[in-house]
Amino acid sequence: MTAEPTTEKKPVEKETFLNVFLRNLWSSNSVTVTALSIFLAVVIGAVLIVVSDSAVLAKFSYFTARPGDALEASWALISAAYSDLLKGALGDPEAFSAWFSGTGRWQDALAPISETLTYAAPLVFTGLSVSLAFRGGLFNIGAQGQAVLGCIAAGLAGFTFGLPIVLNLVVALVAGVLGGVLWGFLPGLLKARTGAHEVITTIMLNYTAGLFLAWLVIQNGVQAPGRTDAISKAVASSAQLPSFGGVLRVHLGIVLAVIVTAGVAWLLNRSAFGFELRAVGANPHAAQTAGISVARTYTVLMAVAGGLAGLGGATQVLGTAYALTPSVAGNIGFDGLLVALLGRNRPWGTLMAALLFGALRAGGNRMQSYSGISLELVNVLQALIVIFIAAPALVKAIFRLRAARSAGFGVSPAKG
Amino acid sequence: MSTTTVEELAEVTAPEPFWTRQRRLGLALILLGVVGAVLFGSLAPSKDARFTLTEDAAGAALSINGQFGAVLFGVLTLVAGGALIAGVAKRWSNALLAAGIVTFVLSFLCWQVAGQFMALEDTLGGTMDLALPLILGALAGVLGERSGVVNVAIEGQFLMGAFAGALVGTMAGSVWAGLISAAVGGVIIAAILAVLSIRYLVDQTVVGIVLNLFALGITGFLYERLMQPDAAGYNTPPQMPSWRIPGLADIPVLGPVFFDATLLLWVALILVVVIHFALNRTRWGLRTRAVGEHPTAADTVGIRVRGLRYLNVLLGGVVAGLGGAYFTLVATGSFTKNMTAGAGFIALAALIFGRYTPIGAFGAALFFGFAQKLSFYLSAIGSPVPNQFLSMLPYLATIIAVAGLVGRVRAPAADGLPYVKN
Repeated sequence: MTAEPTTEKKPVEKETFLNVFLRNLWSSNSVTVTALSIFLAVVIGAVLIVVSDSAVLAKFSYFTARPGDALEASWALISAAYSDLLKGALGDPEAFSAWFSGTGRWQDALAPISETLTYAAPLVFTGLSVSLAFRGGLFNIGAQGQAVLGCIAAGLAGFTFGLPIVLNLVVALVAGVLGGVLWGFLPGLLKARTGAHEVITTIMLNYTAGLFLAWLVIQNGVQAPGRTDAISKAVASSAQLPSFGGVLRVHLGIVLAVIVTAGVAWLLNRSAFGFELRAVGANPHAAQTAGISVARTYTVLMAVAGGLAGLGGATQVLGTAYALTPSVAGNIGFDGLLVALLGRNRPWGTLMAALLFGALRAGGNRMQSYSGISLELVNVLQALIVIFIAAPALVKAIFRLRAARSAGFGVSPAKG
Repeated sequence: MSTTTVEELAEVTAPEPFWTRQRRLGLALILLGVVGAVLFGSLAPSKDARFTLTEDAAGAALSINGQFGAVLFGVLTLVAGGALIAGVAKRWSNALLAAGIVTFVLSFLCWQVAGQFMALEDTLGGTMDLALPLILGALAGVLGERSGVVNVAIEGQFLMGAFAGALVGTMAGSVWAGLISAAVGGVIIAAILAVLSIRYLVDQTVVGIVLNLFALGITGFLYERLMQPDAAGYNTPPQMPSWRIPGLADIPVLGPVFFDATLLLWVALILVVVIHFALNRTRWGLRTRAVGEHPTAADTVGIRVRGLRYLNVLLGGVVAGLGGAYFTLVATGSFTKNMTAGAGFIALAALIFGRYTPIGAFGAALFFGFAQKLSFYLSAIGSPVPNQFLSMLPYLATIIAVAGLVGRVRAPAADGLPYVKN
């Protein structure tokens, strides 16, 4: 919260802390805009839930006669859906009280949080990939393809080498990173050498990677023996990310994600390369004049971003999927894009955003099975949140927020 | 999208190198020709490759020995490449390039089809079917991008169009109502894109990508909530009728494809011509191009930059929405989740590969449609060439095109830049 006293105001009378706090609270600072964006998305989601339910909609036909019926039914539907979402993301109070009173297992109470962290882990990596590239002025839409390559390399390494424990996992993770590096390096090199816009090349490489994976998993030596469907051999247990097992699917990947976030934060804010990439992102011409090689920065930056996304793909295969399928990477690359935008391209912000998206995904599963509301609602909510985040002026206009001293949407997007 | 680079300054002063665009194209063709003549020629069995004029194996056919054909056409590709390297007049270079690519494809076909048959009518029909949404999507892109608004939300517009067409078409029981609401569906996404990028100055690529995910989510959500439980009430749209023009429809190969077709195909073909003409010959076109290249100058002479951009993006929404209608009102009889499966991005590729022009986009869409049709055909005849690699062709071709490995694609100068009046 930006609650520090403002100094450039005329110091005629002393402002109390509370005054300053309240004034800044309802201004378009990033925390308020984020909160209001989430609120707007949830409201629109509620409307969608109601209009897509024919039973409730029927009650609206006699709305003027008995408005209570329709409103009550709508409220019941919405509150059931969203409370299932929360329970699935954070935990069911009943399971917790059962645990504390000794009638339930602690695993069951913690399972929702475990799910949230499981879904969040790969998104942290892909989100960081997009964030980092953004700070260097590149829009890495290719996180999806890079994650797919990460999946492929990590999966292949995971069931091919048969190395001893720990070493096998490390080799598989490194392979995943290298796969992503390759798929990020290509557009970076093309951008630096020929000026090919990275948005276009990475979009095209996404689909190329997907088709390559679809081809690879049905090849001899890759496809699981005795299977006719498109699935590869399973990765060796020594190459899997350790987890609690049972209902607690959360694995070492989330720990790795926190460490990598710290690493990226250091790289961005403390290292020489981080300075260069921020300089290039802010103004490539000025950076060039100052002696920074823009071409080299673009190439290295895209390779690093690719490596991060590749690591995301690797955690997906080694942590949850354990085998390659054509859809093993799911949508983690594109979700990572939303995560980066929501996290305002800052490493720790990206981590928080990934946790929110993981929570939505975990909660969405419960909402689907308990309330029968399609999981797709989560995708709608995610997209809506980011649309509002990306257009702070829109949120400002809707809620008539005051201008903040630093209304920052820190994106300086891909400008050639 | 802007393709300004760090290299651009250097490019101005560099002397004309020996390896001009033309010579590099020639070299690429020579390599392809060697692949065709040597590799395809040696792999092809010495059997007849039959290209029948009908939908099946019967009837009149063009026939050639597979091995001979593969070598012959490969050599022709070589000749075209050699002519480019030797430095023929510049006005011939596009024709030679086209000839080189066509002969290379023919060489490949002779290898694959040897001992089998390929029905030309079926191939052409399939190509047009697959290309139809690509043409409309790429035209939508042309409208937006030439006026300076990047549209990567074609996929989202397709999905919304397909969904709205199926939903309203079923509920109203009329295919025309479905077609109109498909256009409206495309316009909805286009309107959000326009407002956010023109009014609120959000980065256009960001908006486009997020809108794709939004469209994917909302159509998937409503599909599972409405259409899946009650398919009869919401998801059995009537199909567009095929109209047969007597006389013309009896022309072999071309007739059944172009003159026994749905209205949508004709609309797409007419739009290609109309937009090409309008962009180059009308006041609207001149203004659109001015706004896309240099909005400040356009504003100075009194053109309403933002207004024109709104208009063009919304028109693009109509066109892309019609492209979406193809999926539910022509190709299949119902909507399914994520049924466009990346077609919007192939349309984007066609737009870029076609150098942001209507005619170019049309050609690229046909080429990509043919590549897809070919991949189906090859997997049907059990070819050793994996169909996934043929499906990669549009994407790889686009990467090669934007990287300028063979000829640079230049986007409108102000593409992707919001216009703020000072």
